Formats: sequence, C-alpha cells, structure tokens
Amino acid sequence: MTQPTPRTDLVAPPEETVTDPSTTRPVLQARGLVKRYGGVTALSGADLELYPGEILAVIGDNGAGKSSLIKALSGAIVPDEGEILVDGAPVRLPTPIAAREAGIETVHQSLAVSPSLDIATNLFLGRELRRPGVLGSVFRMLDRARMRAEAARHLDDLGIMTIQNPNQAVETLSGGQRQAVAVARAAAFGHRVVIMDEPTAALGVRESRAVLDLILRVRDKGLPVILISHNMPHVFEIADRVHVQRLGRRAATLDPSGCSMSDAVAVMTGALDPAELSESALAPGAVR
Amino acid sequence: MTTSNTPRVTTASPEPPPLRPEADVRPQNLADRIQNLLHAQATLGPAAVLLITVLAFALISPNFLQPTNLSLILQQTAVIGTLALGQTLIILTAGIDLSVGSIMVLCSIIMGRLSADLGVPAPVALLVGLASGMACGLFNGFLVTRVKLPPFIVTLGSLNIFFALNLWISRSETIRGADMGDLLLWTGRVVTVGDTRITYGSILMLVIVAVLAYALHRTRWGRHVYATGDDREAARLAGIRVNRVLLSVYAVAGLVYAVGAWMLIGRIASASPQAGVMDNLDSITAVVLGGTSLFGGRGMIIGTVMGALIVGVCRNGLSLAGVDVLWQNFAVGVLVILAVSLDQWIRKVRR
Repeated sequence: MTQPTPRTDLVAPPEETVTDPSTTRPVLQARGLVKRYGGVTALSGADLELYPGEILAVIGDNGAGKSSLIKALSGAIVPDEGEILVDGAPVRLPTPIAAREAGIETVHQSLAVSPSLDIATNLFLGRELRRPGVLGSVFRMLDRARMRAEAARHLDDLGIMTIQNPNQAVETLSGGQRQAVAVARAAAFGHRVVIMDEPTAALGVRESRAVLDLILRVRDKGLPVILISHNMPHVFEIADRVHVQRLGRRAATLDPSGCSMSDAVAVMTGALDPAELSESALAPGAVR
Repeated sequence: MTTSNTPRVTTASPEPPPLRPEADVRPQNLADRIQNLLHAQATLGPAAVLLITVLAFALISPNFLQPTNLSLILQQTAVIGTLALGQTLIILTAGIDLSVGSIMVLCSIIMGRLSADLGVPAPVALLVGLASGMACGLFNGFLVTRVKLPPFIVTLGSLNIFFALNLWISRSETIRGADMGDLLLWTGRVVTVGDTRITYGSILMLVIVAVLAYALHRTRWGRHVYATGDDREAARLAGIRVNRVLLSVYAVAGLVYAVGAWMLIGRIASASPQAGVMDNLDSITAVVLGGTSLFGGRGMIIGTVMGALIVGVCRNGLSLAGVDVLWQNFAVGVLVILAVSLDQWIRKVRR
C-alpha cells in the first residue's frame, strides 16, 4: 500500500487461500539462528518463514541482523546455532553454491555481475553450457550460441527484452539494466526462492519502478521472493508480508494491508511493542 | 486470514518503462566515438601502433622490410613474447608477476644441468624443467590464494628466491649447448620458407598463442579468469571458485615460462644463469602495450603478441637506424606510459 492507512479503518478479511500459513508448509524457514562475531551478536535466535508464492519483505534498522540473516539463507555465512529448512527438510548451506543447489538464488546489492563480460556470459557465469559431443567433453568448448539464445529467452520471459543484444558488455548498461540482468539470472536459475538485497537502493525513480514490476513478475511466475529494503513505500507496495528484524531476531511479521508504514517503522526502531498492534496489523502466523 | 487475498495495490504493468541503453541517448563527438570503439575492440589500439611503427621504420631503413630482418624480429620476440603470454594470464586476474625472468632462467638451468652434467635424457630433462616452471607458478599462486599476499609482494620475493636457486644450481656457470641433448636445442632450429628463416621456437610461441586464446575465450576456465580479474567478489558470489582459478592461472603461467626457457636455450644455444634477467619488465611492457589492463578483466592474448612485436620492432628498427641502445629503452618507456594513459582513458567509458 502506498499510503499509510489508519488502522481503525481496517476490517480484517478472514478468507481462505492457498497460502494459509496454518496449512501450507514454508518453502524456506529459519529457526533460532544465532551468529556471533567475537563479542558482537548479529543474530540472537532469528526465525523466518517464507511461504509459496509470496513476497516477504525484510526490514530492520542498521545492525538489526538483517544482512546476517540473509547471508545465512544465501550460504554466504554459516550460523553458529539454529537450523534452516527447505520445504520442511533441514539443509546445510555452507557456501553460496550450496544455497544455489538448494534452489535459492540471491541478487546481491553489489549485483555480483562482471562488468567487462557480456550479458549472456554473466547470466550463465559459474554454470556455463558446453557444446554437445567431443567439442564439449574433450575440447571443453562453450556453447555460446545456446547460451545467447537462452539468455535472450530469459530476458524476454521477464519482459526486459529492451536489452536488445545479449552480447553487450554489462558495463555499457545503465544501473537499472544491470539490476535487470542480475534479477533475470536469479529468476532463470532459482527454482525455489529468490532473495533480493536492496534492489532499488541505487536506482532512480523510473528505474526503481521497472525493477519493482520485475519483482512482481518473478513472484507471478511462482517464485517466492525475499525482499530486503530500506524503502518503506516500495515494501508496502509490493510485499505480501513484512518481517521486521530487530536486535538480532524477528520482532513481528506485519500485514502491510493492515498496518501503516509508521507502525512498521515504530516496531523496527523499538518505539512500538508489536503486542500493542491490533490483530489485523499482524500477518497470519506471526509471533507476538 | 490470508496473505494472497490481501489487496495488492500495485498493478504490474505488462511492459516496464523501456530501459534504453544510455549510449543511444548521449550525443557523441569524435573523441567519444574513438573511445567507445577502442573500448569495444581492445586490440585495435595495439594493431594501429604496430602498423604505424612498421611503416615508419620501413620508410627510415630500406632493409627493415627484408624477410631476413622480419624473421630476425620474430626470433628476437619469441622468448619475450612467450613470457608475456604467461604474464597476460596473471595480469588478467589483476595480478602481476615480477618473477617471470627468474622462473625462466631457473628452468633453463635445470634443463641444461640435468642434460649436460647429469646425463639425463633430453626429453626427461625437458619434462622436469617444464614441471619446475609449473611448481614455481604454484608456489606463487599458493602464497597469493592461501596466505593472501598481494601478487606484487609475492613475486618480488620469489624473484629473488628463484634467482638465488638458479645461481646455486648453475654454480654461476653457463652450460654450453653442445653438451646438452638435441631436443633442448630444437627450438633454435630453423625452417626456411623462401628467404624467411623461422625458428621452431617462434612457431611454438604461435601454438601457445592459439591454445591460450582458445582457452580464454571458448572455455569455462577462460571466462572465469576474466570474471575473477574483473570483480573478484562478484565472481565468488556467482559461484566461481576464485582461489582455484587463481592457482590454476599461476600454474599455467609457470608452465608457459618454462616453455620460454626451452626457447631461450635454443636461441642462445646455451643455458646461462644471467640470461633473461631483464625480461621481467619487458614482458610486462609487452602485455601493457598489447592493451591488457593492469586492473584486470580486460585484454586479449593476441594483443600481447602485438605488444611484444611493437617492442621488437622498435628495438630492431632503431638499431637498424643506428640509434644508441639507450634511446631504444627511452622509446619503449615512452610507449609504455602512452599505452597506460590510453587504457585509463578507455576505461572511463565504464559508468
């Protein structure tokens, strides 16, 4: 929702859906994650649930453990305690590659694209396709034509074919286009979850708009998305639920249609105890 | 209460606002166009410089374009060119190798001593020499990837270590080619095509060029070398095992230097502990003149060949014209500075 809405205006809509948390198993779940760096505790028993087909926003002040939480889910750090479950089964994610193999793709804030390489190469970076037959098996020859064709198809899938030429070097693209390449890569290979870290932070208004639409299209393709953002209007516009991280753990999970941005910020900063929020402000299954 | 039934305020438009390449919008003057062209075609610059120097010397000295002279340039370029090929791999990963010359001399001494003094069959001596080059590269690569030292420092140290080993093994004595097995001198043998005499060493260099160019552009490993040099953290997050890539680059470079050692033995018909000491900086010069960026991730093998030829052509042409060797060094130095300035300017295309 783009405008803060007074809570008194709201009526809780108690309908049934496919993603009822009480009956649906989370695609990705974190339980009691703890991560300490020396004397600093970044995560102190953090929980998170991501359900099929939703956009879950993760918000939190600097130092709330947001990025540690996301890094744990994307395999960039290993938590000291707690467990991560994918489709209900516990998994270990010691490396970014392990997370990718579990179907979790991450669009990092730095985008992790290689500027001097072309779009198709970037899309397939780290999982390049080889030519069939002897050329591929003995001579290790890359199948550039197929990678280009598939890159074009993935970009097309997400409606970003305005990038005409998959052979274009990424450094010749604008910020929003680079973001689109990174999102396309995640959407093309992620078969369970796409995590996006501050995807609009470096972008202008128009480019942000395009990226938000892109995120919605990823969700509409059936991939659940975890969106980390500082931008409250963006969060309230596209998120289905809002996970508020505070002091290394989850303070609450809010329903953006049932509470205002100022409530969310108040919970985030600790000015408001989530227990004081009305039932409709909390997302279903949320911990008080 | 549900999540998916909550009203979604956003209406995802079927088409996003078109994201147009900014290059189409920006007005371009001639300098911009040249900058973009050189950015897209990295070997254009070195090719133009090579052409200009060749034309210039052809006008100055009538003997310059004689086939015998051109084949001499190729022979003179082969050793430095080969070292520069290995150096290119390392510079592509945003590293630098100051120990090239030392590794080459050490390998040539190992091959020579084994064959001449210890009576080891030449093929075995050659293989041990090649393996030693690879081991030297792995030593550098280990320090860079595991101990996490900057390549400059690592290779500054190993430059001295390998050179000292070279003096120790050779007892500071030159090994005569006549005492070695024939295979070690093969690279100095000549095939005559008309008036042109081409050494097997020069042909061997061209083979390495082809193999490396293929590996860099047509294989996964090559793409990972570029990605690692371009932005190491991005490469890591994209799932590339960057340390493994770096280690392999140093190992392959070491092997290429060892092939350079074999060529050196053929060229000077001996193995001298003092040969090739100056080749460290010349190899870097060739790489830089060839348009490979010292910041990593940008450059091509074929550019390095041109860079090495530019150095060879300048030195040869200036001596044909009777210019003192000190002015040859002066000219090469000026060229290097111009090449790096050009690279800086080209890189500004990046946003």
